[in-house]
Amino acid sequence: MSAKTEQKTVSARDLIRYFGARIAVDQVSLELGQGEVLGLLGPNGAGKTTIMRLLTGNLAPNNGKIEICGMDLQKQTLKAKACIGYLPEIPPLYRELTIDEYLRLAVKLRRLARSKTDDAIRKAVERCGLDNVRRRLIGSLSKGYQQRAGIAQAIIHDPAVIILDEPTSGLDPNQMRDVRSLIRELGAMRSVIFSTHALSEVESVCDRVQIINHGRQVFEGPVDRMKLEGTRLEEIFTQSTMEKIET
Amino acid sequence: MFGSPLAWIILALAQLVFAWFYLANLESFLQVQPQLIRIAHPPGATEAIAAPLFSIGAVVLLMITPLLTSRLIAEERRNHTLPFLISAPVSMTEIVLGKFLGLMVFLSAIIALIVALAVSLLAGGRLDFGLLLSNIAGLWLLSACFVALGLYISCLSTQPAIAGAAALCILFALWIMDNAESGENGITRSLSPFAHFENFNRGMIDTFDLAYFALFIFFFLALSVRWLKLYR
Repeated sequence: MSAKTEQKTVSARDLIRYFGARIAVDQVSLELGQGEVLGLLGPNGAGKTTIMRLLTGNLAPNNGKIEICGMDLQKQTLKAKACIGYLPEIPPLYRELTIDEYLRLAVKLRRLARSKTDDAIRKAVERCGLDNVRRRLIGSLSKGYQQRAGIAQAIIHDPAVIILDEPTSGLDPNQMRDVRSLIRELGAMRSVIFSTHALSEVESVCDRVQIINHGRQVFEGPVDRMKLEGTRLEEIFTQSTMEKIET
Repeated sequence: MFGSPLAWIILALAQLVFAWFYLANLESFLQVQPQLIRIAHPPGATEAIAAPLFSIGAVVLLMITPLLTSRLIAEERRNHTLPFLISAPVSMTEIVLGKFLGLMVFLSAIIALIVALAVSLLAGGRLDFGLLLSNIAGLWLLSACFVALGLYISCLSTQPAIAGAAALCILFALWIMDNAESGENGITRSLSPFAHFENFNRGMIDTFDLAYFALFIFFFLALSVRWLKLYR
């Protein structure tokens, strides 16, 4: 957390979301500045995915306010959404399209100028290492490539805020390393929020970490300082998530 | 849509049905034509061949449309691709209209096949273009009703097969509602889009029928938009 955080790109306050009678997200707030990478951690079913769906407008919060680049997601929905790139937990891929066709569709949906289409696709393909498979049908690609196609559609319009739900799940170690370095590269200029189960990933990529348990935020802190103080993320994670289970 | 084999197979099969029916009608018309001349105002080729062709078109579309509408939203949900659309800077209304118009382009192609058959009658005589235009308008509006209804039903299920079967059943029920009642202006009959199509089929464009179609289409499109908004 240095001078990077001067401009807030994501600001969410007191988010609450119920599924029926069950509370999935309970008063979670988060803030993110330009050039910051935030890691969302938590056990399965803690509410990470729900938080991400709220932030991208895929779910409406029962309470709370979300601002993306200063625009209210509820009121200036379209303008706010144009600033977001989102990779859901299950990549939203059309199996019957080729990578090229799919990305072209993504560009059209994000309303980029026609003259920029080819350039945007070329960049995204290059960044995600999809050069060799551009003309292949998505359905015939391996999980790793499919995951990367999902990331490609999330960053193709060069959004200010990139939200990735478990971007490294199902990848082999080499691919994981590539995706991590991509996140770091994106995080230099943009704001990135991503969820993961790999604690080492958070330590190596994130500026800040937030731990969620039972829909509540149980820990929040910068990774740098933790490294300096010698606190181990694993300990914090077990402590903060264990406590909740005992009570 | 036109990139998939499904579209071309449906177009080919529809054309087969239309052509068969067209030839059968043409043949029987030619057989009775000598006797028709003796009547004061004999039905022309448009009335005797083209109009029945459009009625058959309505029945064929009744069966084809649920097949196509079933996938619209249900498949997006099943394949988890709905977030791709919802996260994009497009409104729910735009998503619904896009789905609706996209399918209407394809159905227009099917209707164009019927029009082409009807126009081919020009080779051997004259056509009543007024009647032809009213039939085209009627069939287009009727198919728009099918799509609007099918689109909404597709929102309600994650299984395209269920959405398709349900839409087919409802359309079929509406069709029976038109046929079951013997009276001209019963309530059940006036609720059925097929009854309103019949006026167009006879060459009568009534503002009441136009209003009915507009309302029907708007109602189900609005329900779909509402569903997508509440889905969040």
